[in-house]
Amino acid sequence: MNKALLYIAIIAFTIVAPFLFPAYNTQLATLWLMIIVALSWDMTGGQMGYNSLGNIFFYGTGMYVAAVVTIGLVYNVGEYTAASGGGIYEWTPTQYYTGLALSLIAAGLFCSLCAIIIGYLTFGLRGPYFAIGTLGVAIAAGELVSNWDWVGGGQGISMPSPPGDFENFKFLIYFLYAATGVALFMFCKWLYSTRFGAAINAIRDDEEKAEAMGIHTLRYKLVAWAMSAFFVGVAGAISAFQLIHFEPLETAYQTINLGIFMVVCVLLGGKGTLWGPVIGAIMFHVFKELTWNYFLGWQWVALGALIVVVVVYFQDGLMGWLATKKPEWFGETIEEKPVEAAQ
Amino acid sequence: MSSIIELNGVSKSFGGVKANADISMKVEKGGITGLIGPNGSGKTTLFNSIVGYHPIDKGSIKFEGQEISKMLVPEIARLGLLRTFQTTRIYGAMNCVQNMLISLPHRKMSLMDALKRNTREDYERAEHLLEFVGLYEKRNLRSGSLSFGQQKLLEFAMALMNEPTVLLLDEPTAGINPTLINGLIDRLKRANSEFGITLLIIEHNMRVIMNMADTVYCLAHGEMLASGKPEDIQDDPRVIDAYLGAH
Repeated sequence: MNKALLYIAIIAFTIVAPFLFPAYNTQLATLWLMIIVALSWDMTGGQMGYNSLGNIFFYGTGMYVAAVVTIGLVYNVGEYTAASGGGIYEWTPTQYYTGLALSLIAAGLFCSLCAIIIGYLTFGLRGPYFAIGTLGVAIAAGELVSNWDWVGGGQGISMPSPPGDFENFKFLIYFLYAATGVALFMFCKWLYSTRFGAAINAIRDDEEKAEAMGIHTLRYKLVAWAMSAFFVGVAGAISAFQLIHFEPLETAYQTINLGIFMVVCVLLGGKGTLWGPVIGAIMFHVFKELTWNYFLGWQWVALGALIVVVVVYFQDGLMGWLATKKPEWFGETIEEKPVEAAQ
Repeated sequence: MSSIIELNGVSKSFGGVKANADISMKVEKGGITGLIGPNGSGKTTLFNSIVGYHPIDKGSIKFEGQEISKMLVPEIARLGLLRTFQTTRIYGAMNCVQNMLISLPHRKMSLMDALKRNTREDYERAEHLLEFVGLYEKRNLRSGSLSFGQQKLLEFAMALMNEPTVLLLDEPTAGINPTLINGLIDRLKRANSEFGITLLIIEHNMRVIMNMADTVYCLAHGEMLASGKPEDIQDDPRVIDAYLGAH
């Protein structure tokens, strides 16, 4: 009952927040983006024990899929990028929104497919080797795309400008992120309650044992990463429309920014928990915006210090810290069998 | 009775060490087979060969008539041939019930089945089996916080949850309090008779193995020393020499 009220309150706040604080509209949208990438990172990193540093690959790929789909629906992508904005290219509102809708779906599906292919190649790696291997994939992808002239090369690529009032468009972006975030949270909540969720936890805790118990480890790992990549790809596609112009190394495949931030969010909140990534993303975003505003010039130092403190003193994050302090909140009790059942 | 596992001339060396040399043995379907031998005689190596942890150098291993010596660990596990570990392996961060539910036979599930929640029956079976091994009261505790002996019992219950055809147990009573051992023997026997699971057991405790097994194989220095009924093995001078050292 209390839980239902809590969820209703959160949903209500999600809906009214951009109207209450219109000046913070973009900030709130970015917060949802952090929640999405943190939650989806935790699907493999926290729940399955595969710490990918390459999930940013799906973000960048989602962006480019969105660009190619939206532009390709109306014009020839190669001619469009070759003109570098010199020609006259216009989208009717119908073309624009059709492109937007198709982009989100196409970005998600394409990233899932990429996850299966990359996963097939990298899931033989364990622990830090998997992290480094996936990081390599993301860096390599950024370099490859920046040399691929068809999608604009290192110059990046421009999305069509949104039709209509730009302030209204900000609301649309906010609600696209928020809807994806809420859908992802509900998806995770359901997934972790299934046998599949338990099986990926088993892979995290002892993969050799899971194999010896006959769990289809590779299949489950691929499916889990494909699910995670779907949502990152959708988030990337929304970002593409939000940013309008983006380039490969600093925006799309931004390994040292968002690629690391999503991991820090999860570490802050608590790996392998449902709420941890959400709380961590909020904590991180607030911390980041405060330091960027009040300690400009020292913001990276502050961020580094935060990472060091978390990694050294609070490895399990806020939720993990609570779980060790208050195990009974998490259902860890000794329970005698009820008398009637024992008979 | 027919044999469910058949080993023929299995050899395995690690560098110059011959861990197993020309081992042949049969595990009867529905029975309890014991495997004994002094430390370092190659028992665990033989177990690992059967379940596919390493390739064998020579020979053949058949499970239900199918050659499995070239198959990988998960493939063999999915046939219903399951092993427990000498040093227990459980999922320490989860509670006992979760450990049990993870052990549901995923080999019998499609991906769609796996994406369903555990049913009421799954929970009941988990709790029933936890009660069977005497861990019902501790079912909501982190399994890592259980004592070593209790973890062994949990691992055994998890193996039963998996509905295996054959269960290979590597020293099930090692590290367990002597007063609990009788209970464990009883449970192993019941697992065999009630659930119809064929057991192959490595054991050092002679009282335990002689009490349970229909057939006992004795390894020494990687070779098959003797095999037969427990009574015969017990009196076999070669076995006594192997254990106590021949003079």
